[in-house]
Amino acid sequence: MVVETDTVMLRVSEVMINELKLEDVTPETFDPDVDLVDEVGIDSMDLATVALVLQDEYAIRIDEDDYPKLTTVRLIADYIRDKQAA
Amino acid sequence: MKTVSSLLDADWYDRYKRISKLNIRSSIYDVTNRCNLRCKGCFFFSSGEDKAAPEEMALGAWERFIDKEKDRGVNLAILIGGEPTLCLDRVEAFYKRLPTFCATNGLIKVDRERFPDMMVGISLWGDEADETVLRGKDTFAVSSKNYYGDPHAYYLYTITPRQLGKTEQIIRKIRDAGLKIHMQLLSNDEGVDGFSWTPDELIVIREEMDEMLDRYPDTVISSKYYHEIITTGRMLGRPFGWKECPSVTEPLDTRNPKPKRLIHFIRWASDLNTMHRCCTSETRDCSTCKDGAAHMSWVMVNKRDHIRTTRDLQNWIEIYEMFAKLYQFIPW
Repeated sequence: MVVETDTVMLRVSEVMINELKLEDVTPETFDPDVDLVDEVGIDSMDLATVALVLQDEYAIRIDEDDYPKLTTVRLIADYIRDKQAA
Repeated sequence: MKTVSSLLDADWYDRYKRISKLNIRSSIYDVTNRCNLRCKGCFFFSSGEDKAAPEEMALGAWERFIDKEKDRGVNLAILIGGEPTLCLDRVEAFYKRLPTFCATNGLIKVDRERFPDMMVGISLWGDEADETVLRGKDTFAVSSKNYYGDPHAYYLYTITPRQLGKTEQIIRKIRDAGLKIHMQLLSNDEGVDGFSWTPDELIVIREEMDEMLDRYPDTVISSKYYHEIITTGRMLGRPFGWKECPSVTEPLDTRNPKPKRLIHFIRWASDLNTMHRCCTSETRDCSTCKDGAAHMSWVMVNKRDHIRTTRDLQNWIEIYEMFAKLYQFIPW
């Protein structure tokens, strides 16, 4: 089943916050367009941690080669939806 | 949530943007097991790494190996040994394929017609007296002539406790030779008498390193945060050591929990098959390791932890810039 983008974005934000222990932010206040690498300082190890959770939850595979494209919560949510639809 | 742009003014943000996309992926290569010096305290020989694996002698095998390393995503080859300049054909194989840094004792001059812009880091272990005790000769007398005024070379000055109060004379000599300098501290792997650091000496040398950076900003490539980290062995309240080191060979890294680390980093022996545990000697006590590059990398991989205060993030930027300059990703 393909889930609504907003719902996915909220869940991605929540996973990010929980797994990476981000402070002073909630899923609702997490800007989905903020650059995760440049602005939040997330690196490929962080992304791998988040990807593990999201892969299980959405039954998709997130290829490491795709990490450079996944630079915002919105782009990650779009990626998940595309993978589910494929 | 703290973000980079919320912590930096326009100038610092520009500096940050200059380095934020570099995505440096380094690995280290023992180019040869041989050296034209036998320095006391050289981890390579003191830990028997020179006997860990027989050298691959076929140049074609090196070329194929380097191509595979490039495919693996390596974008910075750090050549050590042994003395890499004893095997310039292998050095050239790297240089033709990858951004390459060559560590050397400087006794053999790298031909600039063959290697026009390869960054060369020349090791120096102190003044004439220390060099003679530890390395058997005053290498500076030779290396400073070989590399006089070379814009693609710098001295990697390993400071020993005996250098306290004497670093300025070394830095002046290097400045007068038209070269840059980066400082690190001796780890004294062979326990040579008088060359192990005491806590008090580390406090004093930190102040001296800070002073040298203030006095010779055009010659010294460093940052005060680096001085803090390397002398205290602590970053953001955490101690350096096995649990934190970022420079462990990735396929051999079984640590759990996994610390922040250099992605895909491997230190290869000269048989091109054997992997060493980390960027330095496996016999070294990680809690007292003073390896400069490992400490710089420790800061660099912990970027998110530095997005905390403006000063913390500026410290992170300065160390990243320093690393990027030393390995020629950005200009001096």
